[in-house]
Amino acid sequence: MSDNNIPLLEVRNVKKDFFGNVVLKDINFTLKEGEILGLVGENGAGKSTLMKILFGMKEITETGGYEGSILLNGKEVKFKSSFDALNAGFGMVHQEFSLIPEFTATENIVLNRESVKYSFASELYGDRLNTLDREDMRKRAVEAIKKLQVNLDENMSVSQMPVGYKQFTEISRELSRDGMKILILDEPTAVLTENEAESLLQAMKRLKAHGIAIIFITHRLQEIIDVCDKIIVMRDGKIVEDMKNENINIRQIAKAMVGREVSQVQNENSAQVSNNFSEDETILEVKNLWVDMPGEIVHDVNLKVKRGEILGIAGLAGQGKIGIPNGIMGLFNAGGEVIFNGKKLPHNNPKECIKNGLAFVSEDRRGVGLLLDESLEWNVSFGAMQAQNRFLKKICGIIKWRDKADIKKTTERCIQALQIKCTSSKQKARELSGGNQQKICLAKAFVLKPKLLFVSEATRGIDIGAKALVLDALKKYNKESGVTIVMVSSELEELRSVCSRIAVVTDGKVAGILPSSSSSDEFGLLMVAGHEAKEAV
Amino acid sequence: MSKQDNVFKSLVNSFGLPRLLIAGFLLLLFCIAPIGHISITQSISDVLMRFGQNAVLVLAMVPMIHSGCGLNFGLPLGIIAGLLGGTLAIELNVVGAASFFVAIIFSVLFAIVFGYVYGILLNRIKGSEMMIATYVGYAAVAFMCMMWLLLPYKHPQMVWGYAGRGLRTTISTEGFYYHVLSDFLSFKIFGITIPTGSILFFAFLALCIWAFLHTKSGTAMTAVGSNPVFARACGINVNKIRTLSVIMSTALGAIGILVYQQSFGFIQLYMGPFYMALPAVSAILIGGASVNKASIANVVIGTLLFQGIVTMTPSVMNSIIHTDMSEVIRIVVSNGMILYALTRKSEATL
Repeated sequence: MSDNNIPLLEVRNVKKDFFGNVVLKDINFTLKEGEILGLVGENGAGKSTLMKILFGMKEITETGGYEGSILLNGKEVKFKSSFDALNAGFGMVHQEFSLIPEFTATENIVLNRESVKYSFASELYGDRLNTLDREDMRKRAVEAIKKLQVNLDENMSVSQMPVGYKQFTEISRELSRDGMKILILDEPTAVLTENEAESLLQAMKRLKAHGIAIIFITHRLQEIIDVCDKIIVMRDGKIVEDMKNENINIRQIAKAMVGREVSQVQNENSAQVSNNFSEDETILEVKNLWVDMPGEIVHDVNLKVKRGEILGIAGLAGQGKIGIPNGIMGLFNAGGEVIFNGKKLPHNNPKECIKNGLAFVSEDRRGVGLLLDESLEWNVSFGAMQAQNRFLKKICGIIKWRDKADIKKTTERCIQALQIKCTSSKQKARELSGGNQQKICLAKAFVLKPKLLFVSEATRGIDIGAKALVLDALKKYNKESGVTIVMVSSELEELRSVCSRIAVVTDGKVAGILPSSSSSDEFGLLMVAGHEAKEAV
Repeated sequence: MSKQDNVFKSLVNSFGLPRLLIAGFLLLLFCIAPIGHISITQSISDVLMRFGQNAVLVLAMVPMIHSGCGLNFGLPLGIIAGLLGGTLAIELNVVGAASFFVAIIFSVLFAIVFGYVYGILLNRIKGSEMMIATYVGYAAVAFMCMMWLLLPYKHPQMVWGYAGRGLRTTISTEGFYYHVLSDFLSFKIFGITIPTGSILFFAFLALCIWAFLHTKSGTAMTAVGSNPVFARACGINVNKIRTLSVIMSTALGAIGILVYQQSFGFIQLYMGPFYMALPAVSAILIGGASVNKASIANVVIGTLLFQGIVTMTPSVMNSIIHTDMSEVIRIVVSNGMILYALTRKSEATL
């Protein structure tokens, strides 16, 4: 069909920023017919954004489009919407299923492209009243399913299917489109069992034989090595590796994913931090912790935190690292044993945790961390007022009256110490920028004067300047008041610059604890597949 | 010119356009009242009297709004507690001012029990409080319609004359707590009657609520309404605080109806409580409250504006156009305000 020299898809110098915040830069790659491209990278590396650009999603067009060009068969295309992309031969299977549960596989596969028969009513009311040609629909569905060579009953209703079959239904739907040339699969195997994943990989190979090009996003590196022709590794919005799948092992990919070696400066930094704590004294011990936090389930975590240290908790999204502080602080249903300062903490009781000297800066800043419609004063003082009876004056010995002057003074001190940009301490939290909101969350935790502070995703969604300030504030706080900090973050580099030790959480368990000076590939291996790594090392 | 524009805009912003429009309409009514030969002083007296009657019922909205339970469409429940207290006081034949206090004590006791159960119910249906509250009101009114007939009341001033049992639809408070507040320290100035007692009583309750909102528990209540997840993360027992707010609202509703009765002169049973919730809701919304923010100022301004409209529209319109459009206009205005207020869920004006 097309000339062999012209690639099916070529991406040239694509760049994308969200209101000045650059998320993709210098993206160049090509994809030939029948080629499988593996795309890997940490969360937030820019994979999804890139796919959204390719697929013409409205998040992209609505935020000012992108720079650079996308060439299909050598001709530049610019999709205004996903429909353009579909017409041009793109198909995309998202992480979340978009199927109608009560419809059968057939109905889902040919949805809105149903075969129709002429009916009398259409004469009067137009095409919309054509009747469905169920036999032809079934044929088309079966044909699409056949391409996958899976055993999928076209008459089964989606709600009764196991997850893997739903995934196949989605893919069949994309395949049943005429002229489908490029299929984007966004973590299709994440929800599948091993057998299902295996048959999906087989199906991908068959599609490849049909000349369909596939972009395959996954965190399971072994799958990439098994099926892909080409591997692209992304990090911080850039392509850091573009390699042919020849003589490549997981370790190499993992290393590229996680990033550069720790620089000299950072090493000094971590040395500085690590001086601060006593080797033997354990402040917090977690035994067999499980947490039922949707999307971040913790299965069985055992962890010891030393007094005065900054411990990092790393791991990919959905592996359970965020569930740990949420479970210990009692925000989600949890079980197991948490011993703090030699005292067993109750579960599901945030008040007891705060009273015992724990504090938590939540990853969900706007949902959990702030009273968006109240003043900064309220945000900073509320926790301490309720749990520790501070910022209160006693009237007649019994009435606990809000001490406005004290609240104002403390808030203003925090605003100054953390350089929070605001008009006054009376400004509403909603009106602040993300970075400054995060600082308010920190201030709220600092005011509690905790002995141990959990910080979850403290730098998510804030700009670089604010990031540095937040990290510095944490380091300073640890150093000056000797507070133990447990820091959860998706950004390994950030953890390595602050923490002394980093625990990697994979699949709801601690896969290993490494000193932050360990090499990138060690971290990467623990992150991608805890069990495989242990065997390899 | 543009400066004037800005001044106007900031005025509108700080006071709120709907409040401004209602206030303008009320002013207009007062301006054209003399054309219909309506006495301004009499009108102002009426408005003040109605303010005294209704303000506590409007105040009953505040605790539940603060704790995020929304507008208390279940106000009839509190009113029923008040009715039980009032009728009990009469049944026990406590006369004069004492009957009012006895009534309050009984009412509040009933309100605490009702409010506790109502609070537990509302904690189970978070997110659709206002809809459920409405039906709690309906159900309570319907249930009590039966109970008023069945409860063993005996006092001759209250039961149906021909059967000797079952309560009448309206019962006079004459001889019991009729005007105990309205006439207390009441005086006339420029021909305007000031119902000092009612206003003082409201001021006292309003002060209590204001003070409560400045305490530790009151702060927790506001935070629970503002962001329940935040409050929980700070160690607050969200359900407990919400239940407390519902009890407070119900008790205020109970006291509110007693204040209403002493001024109005009658206890209205059966379907009476049914019609009390919507005016109170619209009053606080006109006053600038939103579904999750309300202040005492909202209560005062809202009650004055709403009762002003309710008092003035019928008389002025009737005298000018000589048809009975007034009721229609009043309903359009009050229900329209509710509709408008519910659509702007977030912003509140002080």
